[in-house]
Amino acid sequence: MTADQEAWFDDAAGPLVRPYAVTGGRTRSDTIGLDLITLVVAVREHADHLEPESLRILQVSQKPISVVEVAAAVNLPLQVVKVLLSDLITQNLMIYRSAMQTTTQAPSPHVLQAVLDGIRKL
Amino acid sequence: MESGNSERNVSAAAVKIVIAGGFGVGKTTMVGSVSEVPPLRTEELITEASAGVDDLSGVESKHTTTVALDFGRITINPQLILYLFGTPGQDRFWFMWDELARGALGAVVLADTRRLDSCFPAVDFFERRGLPFVVGVNCFDDAYHYTVDEVRMALDLDPSVPVLLCDARGRESTKQVLITLMQHVMSRAGLTGAASGR
Ligand SMILES: Nc1nc2c(ncn2[C@@H]2O[C@H](COP(=O)(O)OP(=O)(O)OP(=O)(O)O)[C@@H](O)[C@H]2O)c(=O)[nH]1
Ligand SMILES: [Mg+2]
Repeated sequence: MTADQEAWFDDAAGPLVRPYAVTGGRTRSDTIGLDLITLVVAVREHADHLEPESLRILQVSQKPISVVEVAAAVNLPLQVVKVLLSDLITQNLMIYRSAMQTTTQAPSPHVLQAVLDGIRKL
Repeated sequence: MESGNSERNVSAAAVKIVIAGGFGVGKTTMVGSVSEVPPLRTEELITEASAGVDDLSGVESKHTTTVALDFGRITINPQLILYLFGTPGQDRFWFMWDELARGALGAVVLADTRRLDSCFPAVDFFERRGLPFVVGVNCFDDAYHYTVDEVRMALDLDPSVPVLLCDARGRESTKQVLITLMQHVMSRAGLTGAASGR
């Protein structure tokens, strides 16, 4: 029933949650806590045992790239990409730079000034 | 200082700015006007939460939908990348706003002169979170043109919040909005060197 389905997503109907991504037939989760703009980079070009999705992720991440850009590049939902990335990182096939610097504390004056200057120069 | 021994490392940092506002107000257009790549798009899956679920191993298919968000990118320098995120048009995806706003430098609230009230939720959201924001009044050709003061009044904004007219399609206009935002962010952080407020 359309009306009911619609109601599932109304604020009044309760909280919305991200589902655990089901990949490779198992339910897995992002164990690292990747942010949208966490930067990742592959340390290898290939690994034999990988699922096709993970291999594609490895391939688009040969240069540092943000989590959200990886998702757009491989055309998979964000949280699926986060799970696959977190597996790849755990397997030492990729490394990441946490965006923590900007999420837990105020950005440094130096960064703010660089952003302002950068926009001015556009 | 970290000296990476690995062949590759991630020494760059990323920051983000959120572009928010009501449905169809020009968020994606604004992102695209300054992004070095055409706005990219990604999707997040959303499932309805059912109370008391403690067995997450089940692969039951609940009602799932997707919410799209788009973003652009500006390489400030080799060590610093700025991402611009357009919020999903529908207000009900609040948790997506949470993730977008977390750690953001600041936000642009785009106001639509045809429907000023459509940006109330965005203004409320950033006020509550204490995230610095500016209001860009996107001037559609066929719309009544408000003055900056009329908009400020209608949105009941704190006097320190910059309000400026803009054209989301214009690169220079969007640059001006972002510059104003950064100056506002810096003056709120008590940094000198940034011109005051507007
Ligand atoms: N005349 C005029 N048209 C604009 C302006 N900004 C955006 N538009 C047009 O308005 C329409 C909607 O713009 P979008 O950038 O897609 O708006 P949005 O906020 O991303 O929309 P949703 O993501 O669907 O909420 C497009 O057809 C744009 O070309 C503007 O400043 N002036
Ligand atoms: Mg849009």
